[in-house]
Amino acid sequence: MLLAGCQLPSFGAYQGASKTANDTYKLWQGFSVAAIIIGGGTFLFMCYVMLRYRRRAKSDSIPKQTQYNIPLEIIYTVIPILVVFGLFGATVIVENQVVANPTPSATINVSAFQWGWKFTYPGHRAVVIGQTTQNPTMVMPSNEDVRFELRSLDVVHGFYVPQFNFSRYAQPGFLNTFTFNINKPGLYKGQCTQLCGLYHSLMYFQVRVLPPAQYRAWLAAKDATTPLVNSAAQNAAVGLATSPRIPTNPAQSNGGN
Amino acid sequence: MTDLIERPLDTAPGDPHGAGDHHGHDGGHDDHGPSGILKWLTSTDHKVIGINYTVTSIIMMVIGGAFAEVIRAQLASSTSSLVTLQQYNELFTMHGSFMIYLFVGPFAFAGLANYLVPLQVGAPDMAFPRLNALSYWLYLGGSITMLLGFTASGGPAAFGWVGYAPLTSAVNAPGAGPDLWIGALMLTGFSAIFSGVNLVATIFYLRAPGMTLFRMPIFTWNMLVTGILILLAFPVLTAGLVMLYCDRHFGTHIFEVQGGGVPLLWQHIFWFWGHPEVYILALPFFGMVTDIIPVFSKKPLFGYKGMVFATLTIAALSLGVWAHHMFTTGAVLLPFFSIMSLLIAVPTGIKIFNWIGTMWGGNLHFSTAMLMSIGFVITFLIGGITGIYLASPPLDFFTHDTYFVVAHFHSVVMALTMGAFAGIYFWFPKMTGKMLHEGWGKAQFWTLFIGTQVFTFPMYLLGLHGMPRRMAVYPNNPSWQNMNDWASVGALIIGISTLLFVINVIVSYRRPIIAGDNPWDASSLEWFTSSPPPHHNFVALPPIRSERPVWDFNHPDKPALGHGHGTHAGTHPPTSADATKEVAGS
Repeated sequence: MLLAGCQLPSFGAYQGASKTANDTYKLWQGFSVAAIIIGGGTFLFMCYVMLRYRRRAKSDSIPKQTQYNIPLEIIYTVIPILVVFGLFGATVIVENQVVANPTPSATINVSAFQWGWKFTYPGHRAVVIGQTTQNPTMVMPSNEDVRFELRSLDVVHGFYVPQFNFSRYAQPGFLNTFTFNINKPGLYKGQCTQLCGLYHSLMYFQVRVLPPAQYRAWLAAKDATTPLVNSAAQNAAVGLATSPRIPTNPAQSNGGN
Repeated sequence: MTDLIERPLDTAPGDPHGAGDHHGHDGGHDDHGPSGILKWLTSTDHKVIGINYTVTSIIMMVIGGAFAEVIRAQLASSTSSLVTLQQYNELFTMHGSFMIYLFVGPFAFAGLANYLVPLQVGAPDMAFPRLNALSYWLYLGGSITMLLGFTASGGPAAFGWVGYAPLTSAVNAPGAGPDLWIGALMLTGFSAIFSGVNLVATIFYLRAPGMTLFRMPIFTWNMLVTGILILLAFPVLTAGLVMLYCDRHFGTHIFEVQGGGVPLLWQHIFWFWGHPEVYILALPFFGMVTDIIPVFSKKPLFGYKGMVFATLTIAALSLGVWAHHMFTTGAVLLPFFSIMSLLIAVPTGIKIFNWIGTMWGGNLHFSTAMLMSIGFVITFLIGGITGIYLASPPLDFFTHDTYFVVAHFHSVVMALTMGAFAGIYFWFPKMTGKMLHEGWGKAQFWTLFIGTQVFTFPMYLLGLHGMPRRMAVYPNNPSWQNMNDWASVGALIIGISTLLFVINVIVSYRRPIIAGDNPWDASSLEWFTSSPPPHHNFVALPPIRSERPVWDFNHPDKPALGHGHGTHAGTHPPTSADATKEVAGS
């Protein structure tokens, strides 16, 4: 089923910018084929039954009062169970790849906060940080296993890059770890998915995926231009307090424009 | 031989004014006790309370629907400033809260169920009439409390109807609005618990002679299971709300990292209530549709026992699937919750096949109630199938918290809304003695059905294109803009359908068409008594020898057939034959 996915339509989803994202996409295609066969078949059969057995000419004749057909009922219990286990098997295969955490060649720390993102590169000075109207652009290498360590500094946020076919909650007091191996360099949009307060709709970021050599060059340049300051000062530079943020009266704010 | 089982009743046959009403505690449905508004306020009659609940919950639906229309108007343009960001957050929080806590659930398990369950089991009232009245008052108080949020200085709650900690903390959500939200949920939660107690007790202890469990209408069966689920799930939510209130006001840190608490715990508690809640909402509507489709097919329900076991299976599985809402937390066992969730498709599929099996070979009459039921099945099929995607963690990862999920659960709840209207069109004649107008009804059905699909399909695509939910403004992206516009058009059509319903009720009251006792040739006990029923429901009952006592009484020569043997001996005890002969011979 997964191999046959290549020739199928996308059913609306992204093909994915990594191998695992593409596997997820193929799983999506497989589910869609099953959904269309089973759901569409059920729908068409139902339409057929409604047309064939519609009341004609106000006839109030009473049809045969059939109530049970045990073999038929067993068939339409057993077949869905088999389909479910088929879908579950495919799910587990893909899921194990998506949540795998191989030894990475680079690590990036992601901290979500109200209402922005901070990306740091362990072992480097480089920091990318930005919020609401100044969206940050995180840079990462392509074709390498890059581990992400995701945290939240206040409430629950959602780290979501649609083209990576992946999202994960950023939660206070809880470290989430996942790995991307992006094989298509480019610029991708990302966004917070979990409602996190007033400016949730403006909490964007971007991901720039560079070939490894260019990435290392970017990182070195970024290191050189990033002043050596402590984390608190970096945070303060974008108005992020180290303690939980106390909103100024949000009822009067209008960020709509 | 008598053809009716006489029961000790307050009201003698032919004396609809209840000369024998000695029950001083009763509000009095007829000429005893207060009348007018006071009757509605003080009655303990399950029929009065059932109508109170139904009307109140429909008012809540209209208010919640108005919020939805404002939300869709805001989203019709990517940079709209119709409402502020804060107002937008308040609107979708209140929209979800009104629809889930104040409409769908109370309408089903306390509105129609209150009215119908005693009638369907042949009982004079609910088991605990005063508890039932308290239940309604808690619900009304909770609804008013929720509305009062708009008068709070900081506005009503704005953290979504799921209220994920720590966004609900005193720091992140200051003011009285969130406290009123908590209070409203506690009040309606207790109301639900008391309704659950009443349903379970009524169904277990007040069934008429002959009404065995496996002769109950499926609606009553589903209400039994719903009642049990309420008793298992709602106390968990109430406990979580107490913890949240303590966090906000008494300095505890149950959901706050700073004091060593665990924010994730809220999600576990909430969804441990929240997923059974999905079935607490859905099962009553499954039951209504299961009662309606056979009537308009002129056939018995196909696979009655399979239907009961499917309901029981759904209920059992629903207690073990809550963490499928939490796949992206990275903190739950993915395969377990995945397979449990996927398996729910099996009993749900059985139900859909049984509904089609009921129509197979029938004589289908497409009344408004039948059309609404079919609209329910089709829309639920869409919502169910997209739910199967979400049960697969890798697919959930990229659709979670996007419009795909919004579309999925709106397919589900719009299906339930069609189920609700199926129930209203089917039982309105019993409740009022008047028919609802079929022409207006069909206009309402087609606008509701088409509006729902126009509303949900673009949202599925929006989700797949990466638009997260709960965004007041979104990037100026032509394809997002387009799909949002279509969804807004759909929402507008749905709004029009609600208007058509209101017109229909007014028209049907102005020019009443008298319904009679059994306008649909239906088969369950409520259709044996007058419309509306007398104070204690029944003057007489037919013999109850199958799950279609009224059908057996009216069509003694057309009993349900067994396993394709051409006789009715297969499914019924031998007494069934005797009973029908008994009636036929009289």
